[in-house]
Amino acid sequence: MSSIANRSSRSVIIFSSVFVLLWVVIASFPFIWTLWGSFKVQADFFSKADWRNALWGTRTMIEAGGTFTGAGYEGAWIQEEFWRAAINTMIVVFFTVVISLTFGTLGGYALARSGHNYAFWLLMIALVFRAMPHITLVSGYLLPFFEWNLWGHLPTSIIVLVAINQPFTLWMLHSFFLNIPKDLDESAKVDGCTQFQAFRHVIIPVMWPGVITTGLFSFLLAYNDFAVTAMLLSEENRTMVPAIAGFLGSTLEEGNVMFAVAAVVSATAPLFVLVMFFQRQIVSGLTAGAVKG
Amino acid sequence: MRHKTFFWFILPSLAAMILFIALPLVSVVIQSLHIEHEQVIVTTENCGPFGCTEESSVDTEATAALRAEQPLGRFAGLTTYFDRGHLATAEVAEAWRSRDGLGGFFSALYNLPFYKALAFTLTYTFLVTPLVIVLGLMIALGVNRLTPVLKGPTIFVSLLPMIITPLIGSLILFWMIDAQGVIGKTLQWLFDDPDLSLKASPVLTWITLMVYGVWSSAPFAFVVFYAGLQTVNSDSIEAAMIDGATRWQRIRYVVIPHLTPLVVFISLIQLMDNFRVFEPIVGFSAQANATSLSYIIFADMRSDITRFNSAAATSVLTVIGVAILLSPVLVRTWRDFKGKAA
Repeated sequence: MSSIANRSSRSVIIFSSVFVLLWVVIASFPFIWTLWGSFKVQADFFSKADWRNALWGTRTMIEAGGTFTGAGYEGAWIQEEFWRAAINTMIVVFFTVVISLTFGTLGGYALARSGHNYAFWLLMIALVFRAMPHITLVSGYLLPFFEWNLWGHLPTSIIVLVAINQPFTLWMLHSFFLNIPKDLDESAKVDGCTQFQAFRHVIIPVMWPGVITTGLFSFLLAYNDFAVTAMLLSEENRTMVPAIAGFLGSTLEEGNVMFAVAAVVSATAPLFVLVMFFQRQIVSGLTAGAVKG
Repeated sequence: MRHKTFFWFILPSLAAMILFIALPLVSVVIQSLHIEHEQVIVTTENCGPFGCTEESSVDTEATAALRAEQPLGRFAGLTTYFDRGHLATAEVAEAWRSRDGLGGFFSALYNLPFYKALAFTLTYTFLVTPLVIVLGLMIALGVNRLTPVLKGPTIFVSLLPMIITPLIGSLILFWMIDAQGVIGKTLQWLFDDPDLSLKASPVLTWITLMVYGVWSSAPFAFVVFYAGLQTVNSDSIEAAMIDGATRWQRIRYVVIPHLTPLVVFISLIQLMDNFRVFEPIVGFSAQANATSLSYIIFADMRSDITRFNSAAATSVLTVIGVAILLSPVLVRTWRDFKGKAA
């Protein structure tokens, strides 16, 4: 925008700056507070006497002998074996992302290059599938999975998450492949490549930016899922999110809330790192859908 | 692309969607039409000195065997749909007959689990969606004015509520609004009411859940609007300025029309996502005061005896709800498509 368009009165500038500042506080304060509080004891995190105890760690000093304590983390990771859940999450997320992207690139490429009516209809059906609440699908799986002894295993959850992820992946990669000039693979075909060879040698080398962006969102879907993993995994195969929900069931004892707090902070950390490194891709991915959709 | 090539390319993706999205929907419909087998009753005749009496008792073993053999149960038609846990036609008719004004009728309706969940789901969907759009637009306009150095960190912080796991995000806020948590304490101090608890009353619980909904979804609207603002034509803004438009008029008549297609996109995504509101209710332990359609399906599956048929019937009703919600979009796309073809 040019300079005159940006010039405006002082009050507007102040108002908009205060508003943005307020938003930044609202968006970040819960995370900072919980991170800080996770190193305290419960009596400070939930300050019965005075909320400032959480800042100075008054009770933590008395109970643990220091202003900070790792007791919550120790309890969650060692005593409650949260590391098992973390490993399960890694397995589920890794395979979900890899398989979704493999299926999605093939499908998205085909939809972008087809030009037939049915490609349009497939995209519409995918949109309807995208809108299905996950829990309604889970209620469809539960009985057959019990019957066929598929319930409780990691691979079952992985393939279910892949399928739930497909509509979104297809849309995103479809709009991404539309941006790659058709001439590229057309000329490869003129040179005698089959469609798959054209895809393999011409498209795959240039598709990575779109695939990485889509992969980020597949990661978020698999990592953040609660409905599927909570219902379809047995206790020992639980991933992090249902495990945290499980902590809450057993938090009646004093101190266990802090296990859940520590686990929550642990599970949030990877997401922070993700945003830090891939902010640009996340923003462009959210926008890609809007501009073309 | 030839049909055959297309088919092979799309096959893995299509197979996954058919097996795990389309067939489960069929499975849900079938399950909803069945009901668990009744208990097997055996009648034994006891003959004593004063004649014979017939005694009936439940044959637990036979019941368990029968239920294990046919877990789907027996065919029941649409009965589950009309029972008290779902559409509750009998109860609704009764409430209508004995109504005590329209308010009384609605409060009777609200006591039925399905309508209670539906009320919250719809209120949540149709309040959170517009609020998200308004707040997202305001943040985008604000951030757009910042100096470039501050933009990056602001966007980073703004993305956090959106990418956080919904269950974890709601837990974090749940701990803070606890009567002993930092926000809960602050509110007690602000309103000078030491007994104030956001968890106690239904109204406050609803507000809390919706505030969470706006907090977690506003970043999405913000990012989309922010990207849209980068493409506003500066010539038209300048032209508007020369014509004497105030800042507000420039936003109203130049920027907002430019962003309208984005509003449609955000509303569509938000309506779909808000309609399935679920994790916040688990995270805030709000089920006593607020349930959603997704939550009652979850509760049916989580109860001691899994009520497959009940969960399935609610699922079918939810899917119908989604279809109604999406129908304007689908009809519009269909028209566009027809128009293009003609």
